[in-house]
Amino acid sequence: MSNSPQPSAPTLELSRIAKTFGSVVALTNGTLALHPGSIHALVGENGAGKSTLVKIIAGLYQRDGGDFTLEGSTVDFTSTAQSKSAGIAVIYQEPTLFPDLSVTENIFMGRQPVKSLGRIDRKKMHAEALGLFERLGVRIDPDRPTQGLSIADQQIIEIAKAISLDAKVLVMDEPTAALSGVEVERLFAVARSLRDEGRALLFISHRFEEVFDLCDTVTIMRDGAYISTSPIAETTVDEIVRQMVGRDVASLFPKVDAPLGDEVLVVSGLSEPGEFHDINFSVRAGEIVALAGLVGAGRSEIARAIFGVDPYKSGTVTVNGTRIPKRNPAAAMSLGLALVPEDRRRQGLVLESSVAKNATLAIRAALAKFGFVTSAVENASARTWSRKLEVKTSALDTEVGTLSGGNQQKVVLAKWLATNPSLLIVDEPTRGIDVGTKAEVHRLLSELAVEGLAIIMISSELPEVLGMADRVLVVHEGRITAEIDRADATAESVMFAATHAEVAS
Amino acid sequence: MKMLSKLIKARETGIMIALVLVVVVATARNPTFLFSPDGFRDLLLTPSILLLLAVGQAIVIITRSVDLSVGSVLGLTAYLTGRLFIDLPGIPIIAVFLIGIIFGGLLGLINGALVAFAKVPALVITLGTLYAYRGINVLWTGSDRINGSDLPSAFLSLGTSSLFGIPWLTIIALVVLVAAGWFLRTQRAGRELYAIGSDPEAANLYGLKVTQRVLVAFIFSGALAGLAGVLYAARYGTVSSQAGVNLELQAVGAAVIGGVAIFGGSGTVWGAAIGAFLLLTINRALPILGVQDFWQRAVVGVLIIGAIVLDRVLAVRQSRKLLEMRDES
Repeated sequence: MSNSPQPSAPTLELSRIAKTFGSVVALTNGTLALHPGSIHALVGENGAGKSTLVKIIAGLYQRDGGDFTLEGSTVDFTSTAQSKSAGIAVIYQEPTLFPDLSVTENIFMGRQPVKSLGRIDRKKMHAEALGLFERLGVRIDPDRPTQGLSIADQQIIEIAKAISLDAKVLVMDEPTAALSGVEVERLFAVARSLRDEGRALLFISHRFEEVFDLCDTVTIMRDGAYISTSPIAETTVDEIVRQMVGRDVASLFPKVDAPLGDEVLVVSGLSEPGEFHDINFSVRAGEIVALAGLVGAGRSEIARAIFGVDPYKSGTVTVNGTRIPKRNPAAAMSLGLALVPEDRRRQGLVLESSVAKNATLAIRAALAKFGFVTSAVENASARTWSRKLEVKTSALDTEVGTLSGGNQQKVVLAKWLATNPSLLIVDEPTRGIDVGTKAEVHRLLSELAVEGLAIIMISSELPEVLGMADRVLVVHEGRITAEIDRADATAESVMFAATHAEVAS
Repeated sequence: MKMLSKLIKARETGIMIALVLVVVVATARNPTFLFSPDGFRDLLLTPSILLLLAVGQAIVIITRSVDLSVGSVLGLTAYLTGRLFIDLPGIPIIAVFLIGIIFGGLLGLINGALVAFAKVPALVITLGTLYAYRGINVLWTGSDRINGSDLPSAFLSLGTSSLFGIPWLTIIALVVLVAAGWFLRTQRAGRELYAIGSDPEAANLYGLKVTQRVLVAFIFSGALAGLAGVLYAARYGTVSSQAGVNLELQAVGAAVIGGVAIFGGSGTVWGAAIGAFLLLTINRALPILGVQDFWQRAVVGVLIIGAIVLDRVLAVRQSRKLLEMRDES
């Protein structure tokens, strides 16, 4: 076996796989061929369709169209059990283990060796587990529960599981996201030995140095479609990034330059073990600061800690010179903070309630007279903001749940703007919103900045970050790894910082 | 980490010690509590029916569900038992047992099917069937009741007589307990119940038959409640429409006190069984110790809350350790 792709027939082949969820198109053309004895990299931006493709391989989702063949014959998995028995093992980013059960039981669950009367042969199971760990060159006590194991050890258990299955195809979805350098090396050593045994491996990662270190072939996806496949030796990081981003970062975003005022928010030394570390930044009036980075890098957690929803261990947050107490969203609101959460349907709206009620939710106390809120007062307030934001709804008593995503987002914005904030935090403001409304939300944010509002925008969409932000802070594994001014921000520079740990900030 | 498994073990030994302590103290106060034929018999006999319910409950809770309908299933089966003897004179006792178990299993199947297919939390479903089954019972029984004179004497003596000093009821309960304990420990299906309760999402990804297993757990709990219903009729002789009211809460209490985690995935039927013994033995011991009726209930409450708090404390400590390890690595 060598490091170059095999000329042999592919073990697993996907071509022109399509998958839609309702009106959302997740995959238009998923194409991938995994060869025995090869480690294949799959790269793409967040939302490029990698995870959907993996879930189709695993049998969690069923494809709507296209061909899926395993060792030459077409397969239609309708459950994970089927793909597993066909020899496909998938290791997810978050290991899926049973925390209460022992390491050994986790490896063999559902297919334990048995002796007479269907009794589980614990001795044999124990010996096999020890054998697996010896082969992997790790020391994990097979009798301990998996609860409390590090992510790295949990991943080793997942791999042990895959080996004991004698899997032909091993898919690893961002296995290194939570690993340290030494652990990554250990994982790679195991992956290489599996490759040398003639198995086909698929490796999904955002870290290019790892892709180049480990893989022999790379497939690039963008917007749910296949872009290209090339031997790793014949491509470069720049080339891959260009193909991953490769779209028009165009005039969709009518950002107007706003005059910058005083510092509104100052965050210093913010840390919470396991979530984020030593976060320092400030935002000025009229400024839009983007928190860019990969999903799971810790951006939302930072925002939630600033707003006081989540705790933090050390550090301070001050707004207009006043320190915000920890874990006290009410105090944060009264000091002029507003947070539009990522999941607006669950965290930002009362879906069964009317537009007027939702839009005035954050200022009910102020609207109330002797503790009662009348519809007239409510409607008057809601009307002002709905008109300003151009919420498209026939009446203010329409149920919010029936509005489109874009209009729902506007109602959430209206709710917070009614509190007259000085700092607005928006988390993924345009996720799941169609292109036309997207531009409207962007125009709105831009106008608010001109009016002197300080805005923190969390976004996974590079074009949005590049189009809207005055400054880009790139978060990587819970740390701010780069601060890039609007003038210097390019898709390549942001992507590079988001995927590399060691960047001078 | 050996510590943790030791701790779990310590939970069962812990309540065992508590049980022994209660018995010793009560006996010291009043020697007939243990050292009289009746005292010894009652010690074993009283918790036997609850033990069956607690074993079934433990299995359901291990899969991260709960079965609140067992008291009603018991009541309905107990009345059915009486009706069988009255309406079919000469029916073999073994047939009545089988019918009771199958009938309870069917009621359990209804619970399980609603939980597994309707995807509604078991707490809500079985709260509903608790009232529904009891309603059917009241409708069927009316103001009628089964009396001891309606039942064959061979059947009644089963409820009170002993073999080598051990009541038959206790022997039956212990056989069920050992079988359930053996099944959960050594069979693949048994281990999968733990896996499902530990992380249902992961169980799905593993390709385990989650729906089927949860269904079976509910059928099992129902069947045991059915068996308990037949034994209830044998033990007490009289069955009204209110037989077994509130027993489901004692069954959940026994399982929780016995260390079955309410969020599923851990605990044993052994613990639940000792929990059932402890719960009812305390109830009998407290009057001997001169504790007022009001306080007796409070003591049970403290036991349950204490057990749950202990669970939480262990879980929180565990997850904190996990976080610290993540940061260090």
